Amino acid sequence: MTATLTRGAERLQAAFARARAEDRAAFIPFMTAGYPTAAAFPAVADALLRHADILEVGLPYSDPLGDGPTIQRASEQALAGGTSTRRTLELIRALRARHTVPIALMTYVNPIYAVGPREFMRLAQEAGVDGLILPDLPPDQDLELADLAAEQGLAVTFLIAPTSTPARVKLVAEACTGFLYAVSVTGVTGAREGSALVEVPAMVALARRHARVPVAVGFGVADAATARQVAAVADGVVVGSAFISAVREGRDVGALAADIAAGCAR
Amino acid sequence: MPQHLPTYPQPDARGRFGRFGGRYVPEILIPALDELERAYLEAKGDPAFLAELERLLREFVGRPSPLYLARRLTEYAGGAKIYLKREDFNYTGAHKINNCLAQALLAVRMGKRRVIAETGAGQHGVASATAAALLGLECVVYMGAEDIRRQALNVLRMRLLGAEVREVTSGTATLKDATNEAIRDWVTNVRESFYILGSVVGPHPYPAMVRDFQAVIGEEVKVQLQALEGRSAPDAVVACVGGGSNAIGIFAPYAYLPPQERPRLIGTEAAGEGVASGKHAASVAGGRVGVLHGSMMYLLHDAEGQITPPHSVSAGLDYPGIGPEHCYYSEAGVAEYVPVTDAQALEALQLLTRLEGIIPALESAHAVYHAVQLAPELGPEAIIVVNLSGRGDKDVAEVMRLLEGTPGAGEVRA
Repeated sequence: MTATLTRGAERLQAAFARARAEDRAAFIPFMTAGYPTAAAFPAVADALLRHADILEVGLPYSDPLGDGPTIQRASEQALAGGTSTRRTLELIRALRARHTVPIALMTYVNPIYAVGPREFMRLAQEAGVDGLILPDLPPDQDLELADLAAEQGLAVTFLIAPTSTPARVKLVAEACTGFLYAVSVTGVTGAREGSALVEVPAMVALARRHARVPVAVGFGVADAATARQVAAVADGVVVGSAFISAVREGRDVGALAADIAAGCAR
Repeated sequence: MPQHLPTYPQPDARGRFGRFGGRYVPEILIPALDELERAYLEAKGDPAFLAELERLLREFVGRPSPLYLARRLTEYAGGAKIYLKREDFNYTGAHKINNCLAQALLAVRMGKRRVIAETGAGQHGVASATAAALLGLECVVYMGAEDIRRQALNVLRMRLLGAEVREVTSGTATLKDATNEAIRDWVTNVRESFYILGSVVGPHPYPAMVRDFQAVIGEEVKVQLQALEGRSAPDAVVACVGGGSNAIGIFAPYAYLPPQERPRLIGTEAAGEGVASGKHAASVAGGRVGVLHGSMMYLLHDAEGQITPPHSVSAGLDYPGIGPEHCYYSEAGVAEYVPVTDAQALEALQLLTRLEGIIPALESAHAVYHAVQLAPELGPEAIIVVNLSGRGDKDVAEVMRLLEGTPGAGEVRA
């Protein structure tokens, strides 16, 4: 673990600090790279970036076992269109040429191992990625990965869940260098009926006791109302499936982003 | 049948078999895996649990399964004596029930009233549904749409047993996707549900626990072979490997013996249309190290880590990975893994059927094929034990379809 902040961690934490200074939670929209197509993705990302404090880009994966049907289908469609690791990083490089908003790359761990962790980190850094979000890697499974990321200036984000024990929260929180990602419900990603965020305040409070980094909350946040609930207690609000659905249904992604971003104000 | 569950030197405390295994799962599942591991270790030391498991294996499954000398097959192969460990005799038709009953008993012990399972060919789904019916548990089975089409009879059996079969249409709509969906269900309902995993894959403690529950196969062979031949270890043990649960069940009781006492342990992987064709499910021969379903293992995936669809004529071997303990055995030289093609398995299925009157599962036929090749090489003093992991009734329609499309098929050299 590095004592000083990496370039990526600095940029991510500065984004949280700016939001905090304006008395709002950081707004972190998510989009699957190469969705709906590699050609159409940049315009969708641009629309999100106009309102985002941080953009989370998902690396399409064949077996996304933490994702619900909406993001699964988006991944399948992006992969069918040829967006895997190489293309995802190209798309991110192009975004970084136009925007200064920090970018976090969400990826399952197998694509990292397939390329080789050191090489993957190098390629990600070169493309302009600031941090990695690792949904299927409990930090104690690979103690070297965070260090390899840090060598390339990248921050890492691990996840906690409502089932996490205090001991696990402590372990995960101490491993995070960018921000901590708290999963709002027991379940996979996606909007749900009557989304129950009842477990969020206690979980965030527990996380804050151990985390030196900001705490963002995601899963099941789909509109301004749920964003407002989360923003009341957390440093950041992650919204993913709602944007995928908006793209699929041909709705105005920018308008939805503006609406949810407004909901992040306290 | 031993009234205890075995203890082996692997995995380590972190669930690693060498560099393989582990727990690459969403953090949400870590407490559940810790709880499962604690409950399993407690049950393993509880005489009441062990006695109940032993009773069910004897009275409900019909264990011990016979160790059968295949005389005509031996004569045909022209060399080593070939014994068949008859897991096809088990109630529900395969070795899967050994593990399902044990896990379902564990679910009851943990106070979980709902069980989830994934299935490919439907054998593990049927065994899970059966155990759930026996113990009065709610059961949900995830099955790929493609497999539902191929294995309609097993779908009916599961429904008749009271299980809900949920069709999986994501990805390639086969076993790996059904496993993804079962894990997603577990992530969502983790507090009240128990996931009955069907093979020696998945996050720790599953690979170790499923192995321990299947090790009854090899433990019985030791006793039976001692009685029949005056020695507990044969010269070679052959078993088919998809995820690898039947193979681990017969390998593990021998795998940790000193090398000079250890029989050759040979796993037959499904080579489909040949490893070179790219249409196969041979993860050791044709894969690279990666992570799937929570475990580090040999895996079929492309240069950027996307899982590539496996192919095998047998749905039970149609899986892109192989259990972490097998990966460890392979790397440490404890066991060998050899590819057997669809055509070779079909040939062996017909051979065993005509020579011995035993219709093996297409999965098990992969092992039979290799044993026949190996017998002359080892010579008449040697003994080979083949794990006949399941019966072929489920495959009859598919086999006939394949043979009718093959010129000269149905003609066996016997």
